[in-house]
Amino acid sequence: MSMLPNPAPIITSTSQAFWDATTEGRFTLQKCDACDLVVWVPRRTCPNCWQENLRMFDASGKGTVYSFTIIRKGAGEWKDAGPFVYAYVELDEGPRVQTNIVGCPVDDVHIGMKVEVEWHDTGKGAALYRFHPAG
Amino acid sequence: MTIRGAAYVAGIYEHPRREIPDRTIFEIHTEVALGALADAGLTMADVDAVFCDSTTGMGAFSLVTHWGLQPRYFDNTETGGSSYLAHVGHAAAAIAAGKCSVALVTLAGKPRSGAGVERMSFMPGPETGFESTWGVNGAPHSYALAAQRHMHEYGTTAEQLAEIKVAASIHAQHNPNALLPFAVTVEDVINSPMVADPLHRLDCCVVTDGGGALVIVSPEVARSLRRTNAKILGHGEAIKHTNNGRIDLTYTGAVWSGPRAFAEAGVSVKDIDYASIYDSFTITVLQTIEDLGFCEKGKGGAFVSDGALVAPYGILPFNTDGGGLCNNHPSNRGGMTKVIEAVRQLRGEAHPAVQVPDCQVALAHGTGGSLGSRHGSVTVILGQENA
Repeated sequence: MSMLPNPAPIITSTSQAFWDATTEGRFTLQKCDACDLVVWVPRRTCPNCWQENLRMFDASGKGTVYSFTIIRKGAGEWKDAGPFVYAYVELDEGPRVQTNIVGCPVDDVHIGMKVEVEWHDTGKGAALYRFHPAG
Repeated sequence: MTIRGAAYVAGIYEHPRREIPDRTIFEIHTEVALGALADAGLTMADVDAVFCDSTTGMGAFSLVTHWGLQPRYFDNTETGGSSYLAHVGHAAAAIAAGKCSVALVTLAGKPRSGAGVERMSFMPGPETGFESTWGVNGAPHSYALAAQRHMHEYGTTAEQLAEIKVAASIHAQHNPNALLPFAVTVEDVINSPMVADPLHRLDCCVVTDGGGALVIVSPEVARSLRRTNAKILGHGEAIKHTNNGRIDLTYTGAVWSGPRAFAEAGVSVKDIDYASIYDSFTITVLQTIEDLGFCEKGKGGAFVSDGALVAPYGILPFNTDGGGLCNNHPSNRGGMTKVIEAVRQLRGEAHPAVQVPDCQVALAHGTGGSLGSRHGSVTVILGQENA
């Protein structure tokens, strides 16, 4: 199992609260108090009713692989990462998020696989959410 | 008001080279602009509107400065590789509204020889921080997600995707300018190195320097020209995005752009004699064919088998220049060459081996951006004068 790089994400004033929570091992989502929509990615205004009533909550960190690919050769700091998995995970709360699947051989990953979040500290005020097979 | 018959593609030019280390991007823009104007029988002095993407700096500022033009209309719509199809629709609308009468659309880029200081960059969006940390460094990785999901839901196979490359390569044999002017087999595609499962190297388009240009004119100008012009019958465009984290990777924005273009043109899929289908990857073609209605959703794999795409006698002759898969994908943007080959077909000037007999109505479709996240889909329908 190769180790993946942990590049620091671009953080904006809007996404700061999300990334702050990652350093405490919390995967947060927003929910609109006006229309109940669960929102991804974080923002100030609901993309359904355009009200500013979005409230953060802690998500379960559980989900299912919606689609994936095995990137055979990365570039830059990923050059020596070996084959690794880039995927969409559908969170139990609804949103499909881009991520890496780790914690199993790349050939074991399949659509429909149940997964759970794990955290990879960037050392720069944020941890990356990656997912491993659910135990 | 519609744009049906309100404007014509009067001039086309595809740069013949695929690697151009000795020219700047601006020099290539100029070369293709003059080429398309000469094809139309017009000159730079006739141009009153300029359309370009966002890779030359701030809008068209530098281009019109370089050319010494004072356009009365301009448009810098940026939807990646589909931009130039949007420009066709927008130019037709502007001409219909009386805003201009000779519109120049150009594309140039040098990803093969290295763009150097001319490398483009985009401002990050609110979503970028959530998409840029997973090791993705090229379009194949993102498109592979769409291919994998399509296979899962519909049973599409790698062999079926390979059929698309095979058809394009059969056409490319007849194009001496093509980067890959030779036929390949399904086995060649399947046995080529895996780039991002399930996409092999030969499922991907070529990377080329180059460019192309179009001249779009009013009916009055068209009548004064000697060349056969392609009448613009309809246009439709759409942006498909991640939909608040509910992206569905099995379809493209063609489900929206297609019906808009067909409605405006007053034609249906049965009327299409030739189609230029954006082919950044084999999966791009497969999903687009389904979404435009050439076959039932999910049946694209069966549709493309047995030579359906092979000109001149397949059910849906496509990309007779060899497409982005084999011929040319200048600046990593394939929309310009899609329009150019459609016009060649309508003029009867495609290579004789792949010319569709009596081609009356042609469709050109672009997919710019990524199937894995967000993309601009644009459909343009062109026809003979009587279409």
